[in-house]
Amino acid sequence: MDIKKFLFRTRNSKKIGVSDILTYLYLFFGVILMFGPVLWLILSSFKTPAALAKFPPSILPYGQETIVVEGFDDPLPLYIVTFPDGSEQKMAQVRRVGLEAQMIDPENPSEIVKVSINDRKESNKLQFEWSNYSDSLKGFNFMTYLKNSVVVTVAATIVTLIINSMAAFALSKYEFKGRNLIFLIIISTLLIPISVILVPVFLVITEMNLNNNLWGVIIPGAATPTGVFLLRQYMLTIPDELIAAARIDGASEWRIYWQVMLPLAAPALAVLTIFSVMWRWNDFLWPLIVLSKNELFTLQVGLNSFQGELNVKWNYILAMTVMTLLPISAVFGFLQKYITTGISSTGLKG
Amino acid sequence: MNNINKPNLTKIIKDGLTASANWILNIFVNTMDWIMDPIQRKIGVKRMAYIFLLPNLLIFGIFVLFPMLLNFYYAFTGGTKLFPQDRPFVGFENFRILLECENYFDPNTCTEDLFWRAVYNTLKFVVFQVGGMIILSLITALILNRKIVARGFFRSVFFYPVLLSPVVVALIWKWILQRDGLFNAIIMQFGGERINFLLDANWATFWVVFISIWANMGFFTLILLAGLQSIPPDLYEAGSMDGTNDWQSFRHITMPLLMPTMFVVLVLSLIRAVQVFDQIYVLTGGGPGSATLYMVQYIYNKGFSDQIHIFGLAAAASVLMAGVLMIFTLIQLYLTRKSDAV
Repeated sequence: MDIKKFLFRTRNSKKIGVSDILTYLYLFFGVILMFGPVLWLILSSFKTPAALAKFPPSILPYGQETIVVEGFDDPLPLYIVTFPDGSEQKMAQVRRVGLEAQMIDPENPSEIVKVSINDRKESNKLQFEWSNYSDSLKGFNFMTYLKNSVVVTVAATIVTLIINSMAAFALSKYEFKGRNLIFLIIISTLLIPISVILVPVFLVITEMNLNNNLWGVIIPGAATPTGVFLLRQYMLTIPDELIAAARIDGASEWRIYWQVMLPLAAPALAVLTIFSVMWRWNDFLWPLIVLSKNELFTLQVGLNSFQGELNVKWNYILAMTVMTLLPISAVFGFLQKYITTGISSTGLKG
Repeated sequence: MNNINKPNLTKIIKDGLTASANWILNIFVNTMDWIMDPIQRKIGVKRMAYIFLLPNLLIFGIFVLFPMLLNFYYAFTGGTKLFPQDRPFVGFENFRILLECENYFDPNTCTEDLFWRAVYNTLKFVVFQVGGMIILSLITALILNRKIVARGFFRSVFFYPVLLSPVVVALIWKWILQRDGLFNAIIMQFGGERINFLLDANWATFWVVFISIWANMGFFTLILLAGLQSIPPDLYEAGSMDGTNDWQSFRHITMPLLMPTMFVVLVLSLIRAVQVFDQIYVLTGGGPGSATLYMVQYIYNKGFSDQIHIFGLAAAASVLMAGVLMIFTLIQLYLTRKSDAV
């Protein structure tokens, strides 16, 4: 099939209009603008510190080739030397003295040739510096941060799902005094973020001795009004007859909640799970306030503290940033359809 | 050997995991049964609702409702102590310090000049960020709503940055904007001068707005796209029979029907823009000077990051901010109710 035809075909008309071209130009530009920065981050994360310091930077992670030559302890850097007669040769540099470099031919290490540094340029090859990753995994508590982030995300999501669905069940399937008032109070805080009550929540956390404790990060955000609202709206659509039937069969209220309600509310629970994982994995301000011990930092806080240090080591920061965005990107890759439809159908995000 | 063993091994692991997960769930359910059954027998079916509400309301009350009330107490007390019993009552002193100015258009004449800088910066940020983002989200949603190939892919592309954490977003752009970064390389390629983007007040303000739009527009694009797709196609067909051109059908069919969604997007993005914090905190730390210092960071600095923790000022500032957010919320409620009635 003609590639051009495939790329530019439109569904309703056979001709390509100006507006179609503009549309695809816009989309193409959008792909570059949205993915480009992340791609640049990933490519940069594989560069050696020397390649990172280079300006202008190369797009792909190039590193200078080195060669082990007999008689020298360290590998020697390779250069391409241009001789006065125009011929070029790959040579290893032994040392540099001012504007002059002492080069040897790796094949013939005994003979030293003196070359002006303007006549030589580095011989580069594509080189992925995996040690950026392995080093930051070994040092810098990365694994501890990762573990803390996973603990916070998983525990918070489980707690959120259970208590929110219980509250939603009560608010949607029972008639009781004060139901509307409670619902109204919960909804009215839907748009009051934790950032406007930082000081008092911090006091509560301190009074409960949850400072520098992962539970101090997990618990306060667990009773999300968003989650209660979302689940209640969904549970309202589940017919009451199912519950009445279960009651006649002698099921306890807890059994009805656990074995009738929850399975039926699975789609809404899935949306809330995705939201909760996203919120918790990316949360920054609250963990920043609650956690001040390095070994309790979540990934986001740890990454921030590391980038704020003097003598910023970009090669490690970049590798750690990539590792931080990888899990959520992988989740998105697998679940993108559910995430995008979930969000556009509920129109909510904390 | 290996080939025979492998599938068995994965199957064993899988079965094991499922079995142990079921086992844990069963223990949980049975324990809960054991707790819940006597309660139900005692209080009756109807009142079980309160039991179901209890955990959520408890956490909600302790960590949201109670702090909201306590925040007022902090706002009216002074000193640097955290515990309420140690804090002297000062009346409106904190609000006076925050709000007192000789000339409201010149932060230098204010008692608490940083607060006013934060207010003006936030206002500026909100106007440009919300304005720019709504226009771009609308254009993108309209384009994604056209009959294009691979719509799902492009939709995901624009949504992807929304998932990235604010810290990651800030670091990605810090790396691109740094002195020896990609943008400076491109500028110099075209013969321009190297710019220290994040050390120049105007540039820093621009990039902070730009990055915030970059990171958030996908979310609003999705909502607008859902709004566009709920417009019945028959309307456009009827319009084209009447001979409308593209602009007319946009102006008279799309816009009026999209208005309710636009209101939601406008208010949600306003509320979020007022609370901007993490990306900018990591990217510029509020600098250079106080060029990108916004409200939440002012509160954070006063209460948690400055040498002396002045919780009273932080709380008073957050009461004022909550007031502004409340107004936005009320406007949204009013408008959605109005558009529902239509």
